[in-house]
Amino acid sequence: MDKNYIEIIKNSKPAQFGLLLILFLILYNFIPQNDSNYLWRLPSLLKGIPLWINNVIFNALYEWFPLKVWDPVFEMYEEKAAFREFTKAVSQGLLFLITFVREIILGGDKIIDVFVSDSWLKENDWLTWPALPWTATTVGAFLLGYKLNGLRLGLLGGIGALYVSVFGNYVPSIQTLSFVLITTPICFVLGLSFGIWGYLDKKVETALQPVLNVMQTMPQFAYLVPIIALFGLGDHAGSIATIIIATPPMIRNTILGLKRISPEVVEAGLMSGCTKSQLLFQVLIPTARRDILNGVNTVIMQCLAMVVIASFVGAKGLGLNLKIALNSLKIGKAAEAGLCIVIIAVILDRFTKAWANKQKDYFANLTFIQRHKFLIIFAFSVLIFSIVAFIANGYFDKINYLYIIPIEKGLTIAHYIDGAVDWVWETFFYSLNSFNKFLLTQVLGPMKHAYLGMPVVATFTLAMGAAYIVGNIRTALIVGGMLLFIALSEYWDRALITMYMGSFAVIMASLNGIILGSIFGRTERGSQILLSICDFFETFPSFVYLIPVIFLFNITDTSVLIAAIVYATVPATRYTVWGMKSVPLSLHEAGTMSGVSPLQRWTNIELPIAFPTVMLGVNQTVVFSLQMVILGALIGTEDLGQIIFGALSRTKDGAGVALTLGVFVSLIAISVDVIVRNWAEERKKALGLN
Amino acid sequence: MSPTISCNSVYKIFGDNANKLLVDSNGSVDSKKFQEAGCIVGVNNASFDVDKGEMLVVMGLSGSGKSTLLRCISRLTDATAGKILIDGEDICLMNNKQLVELRREKMGMVFQNFALLPHKTVIENIAFPLQVKGISTENSMYKALEMVELVGLKGRENYFPRELSGGQQQRVGIARSLAVEPDIWFLDEPFSALDPLIRKEMQDEFLRLQGVLNKTIMFVTHDFDEALRLADRIAIMKDGIIEQLDTPGNIVLNPATDYVKKFTEDVPREKVLKIESIMDPLDPNGSSSIAVSKDDIIEKVAEQILNSKEIINVTNPKDNSVVGSINPAKVIKVLFGG
Repeated sequence: MDKNYIEIIKNSKPAQFGLLLILFLILYNFIPQNDSNYLWRLPSLLKGIPLWINNVIFNALYEWFPLKVWDPVFEMYEEKAAFREFTKAVSQGLLFLITFVREIILGGDKIIDVFVSDSWLKENDWLTWPALPWTATTVGAFLLGYKLNGLRLGLLGGIGALYVSVFGNYVPSIQTLSFVLITTPICFVLGLSFGIWGYLDKKVETALQPVLNVMQTMPQFAYLVPIIALFGLGDHAGSIATIIIATPPMIRNTILGLKRISPEVVEAGLMSGCTKSQLLFQVLIPTARRDILNGVNTVIMQCLAMVVIASFVGAKGLGLNLKIALNSLKIGKAAEAGLCIVIIAVILDRFTKAWANKQKDYFANLTFIQRHKFLIIFAFSVLIFSIVAFIANGYFDKINYLYIIPIEKGLTIAHYIDGAVDWVWETFFYSLNSFNKFLLTQVLGPMKHAYLGMPVVATFTLAMGAAYIVGNIRTALIVGGMLLFIALSEYWDRALITMYMGSFAVIMASLNGIILGSIFGRTERGSQILLSICDFFETFPSFVYLIPVIFLFNITDTSVLIAAIVYATVPATRYTVWGMKSVPLSLHEAGTMSGVSPLQRWTNIELPIAFPTVMLGVNQTVVFSLQMVILGALIGTEDLGQIIFGALSRTKDGAGVALTLGVFVSLIAISVDVIVRNWAEERKKALGLN
Repeated sequence: MSPTISCNSVYKIFGDNANKLLVDSNGSVDSKKFQEAGCIVGVNNASFDVDKGEMLVVMGLSGSGKSTLLRCISRLTDATAGKILIDGEDICLMNNKQLVELRREKMGMVFQNFALLPHKTVIENIAFPLQVKGISTENSMYKALEMVELVGLKGRENYFPRELSGGQQQRVGIARSLAVEPDIWFLDEPFSALDPLIRKEMQDEFLRLQGVLNKTIMFVTHDFDEALRLADRIAIMKDGIIEQLDTPGNIVLNPATDYVKKFTEDVPREKVLKIESIMDPLDPNGSSSIAVSKDDIIEKVAEQILNSKEIINVTNPKDNSVVGSINPAKVIKVLFGG
């Protein structure tokens, strides 16, 4: 009899989970909540880590490996740390590039200043690069789109540029664009190089994996303070933060794409007589093009998603305007700036895709003028619009609208948006407020309380137990080790709050995604529509989601959570649709011939087959939710994010705190990832998928 | 004249300690023992020659090592041991530069799943081997256009591979492999991924091309009928060993092992065998009123022979000399068994 029970538990995972839950509840209820009890909270042995990290950074910056450097001002050699010279060089290089692109379009004399002496420049104040009139830029955007993929893309570019200009966002948009135009290629080159290296050398790939995992799950805020410490404030700092965030997906996509190439294609390249470099550049990379381009796309999206965060370290542009508008709760202004970012995102997205798909015509016999007609038209329009704008200098007395329409003079619909928001607010104030109150007091409050009342031993039992059941002892130890690192710091309670917000968002987003995906994923048309809606939502940079919710629910946990839920529903939905699509047709037919009802089809055929894929989507929602929860610090929450955010103003150990806490968040995400991925892969194998 | 391709005791063994095991085994490799030691035997002691202009078909079921053998000879994988001579030069000793040179000048290969570059159009795919050689765009496009016509794809040169049917894609693969005008042509199950009707059509096309081009060919297939249809000689492989290497006729008439016999049993002999393989020595009583060629397939001339009811002369089509005779009784035996 006893043996029977042991057998059941050994073979049934649900039984094991049940047992784990009972154990968890016992620990939860019987361990006294007493700070001197190590079963309740571990002592913060690792308290010193942030300070230690800080010391390392400062040591590297000011003491490590001193070099004799010639100081032109004092005309003498000075001892300077090599690392600091390096970061300086990187900063200046980046800043130069960004300013260069910026000034080509907006005009100015900073670049000229680099090449001539200050005094000479002051004497000759005619010497400044003229701004490109917005009219010419609009024509340029139209022509480029037209050349790349015909009239429709041309109109997209032209109308987009026209909107941006007429609404007075020309200057910040170009600032943002210059930021993106410099950052994207750097991410591309870095990502591609590391990706190729990882593809060619298995050891490198193995070493890259955990680093990429941490980089991709760290909240973006966590990088800011160390970057300020190392590189100072400015556009270049924003660019560096973006490079750190946007390069990992590029690396991953490159490796993925290269690995997917069929061995025959490689052989075909070899048999065609390719040398190693020809094989790489003419066979491997172009064949993996689709995945690599997806990577580029992700990089561009990440760049634009980073513009607001980059503005915290001094990047100018739309992000800064949006941040300022958000801070003063000017929703209309914020929405307009947000819309500009989305427009730039869409245009860059379509343009790069069209450029990548462009085909060459080898047998066309074109004259010079035919070949370069777009360039010639563009040159002419620049000339004409510049002359017109120059002549108009005499006509306008202060602002020459033909060059740039400044933001305060541009068209605006901000007050309509504000009005609409006010109307919603006034009309639904009572219901919104009571919903908010209900959620806070009846659901979120108790949930938070429950998380905070969890003894550390109970948490570990649950996490490691789950890891052991789905994986093995090694999985359990990995998860346990990662959590231990957090538990031994002084931020365990904050981490629990992050976990509570994260898990609430994950549960809600997953439910939404599974329901939506299951309903629409049943038909080809439905899934197409749903996937394109997902695409649409994914073009929004993450913080855009915060704009509407702040209005509706003020600065509360509810706002952040709703933004997180909406944001994280996208991957849950996408993966559910993919899962539904992965159900083989023959199984559907077998179900139909067995006479299943729609509900039976869902519970007996679709859900079991799709579930592993769905869980991979849930895995994604964890990362998405945590990102948004941390981003919520922007508007005020009280979890890890808030301290990371607060570290921006901590001088003593800011960089260390931000990095440590960033790693904590990433460890939480990775722990979940280890458990879920293990389970999903095991399950897929059992179902004979793949 | 030395053979174009010459293999001497070629081994390919996959696994970490393959070299050591091979040295220890002293040339007699038992694949079961190797498997226990964690190694998989791909090619086991293969020795053969392919003469200039000859078509050798390597036939075997999946896992028999036929593709591995082909990849050793093209050095897409390195043979574990043995000598592989191409025009008298040992390719196993070649460095990367020489190898690239060899492939650019002498070799072309066609792949089972076409292996076209998805980002290039038909014409760009075909011109690719020329371009990596450093030939100017204009010249390589001109040459590629010639190839497009040769394989009957004129008008589709600006299509992408994804816009073509399987048969058309393989035509592109064939054109690409021929673009540099190689002496040696490797084909790795080129028609296996195609529908039966298209396959037949492509085989005919292939025979037509070979009639014009007269390359030295190694053709890998798992389809015995295809091997019989195309080959000058067939090598039948099993577990990495070449079980028999002979002309189609000899293989059908005299299968060397039980394994080979399994393939030949159900083959309709009259459709495979040539008169040559069943003719008798010159018979003075032979009628000279009609004659058949020694290269005729039996089925084609059976009616003619049986109608005549007497011994008929067999001629060599090259010079019309009489080289033997054929007895109708033998034809009946082939047709109806016994």
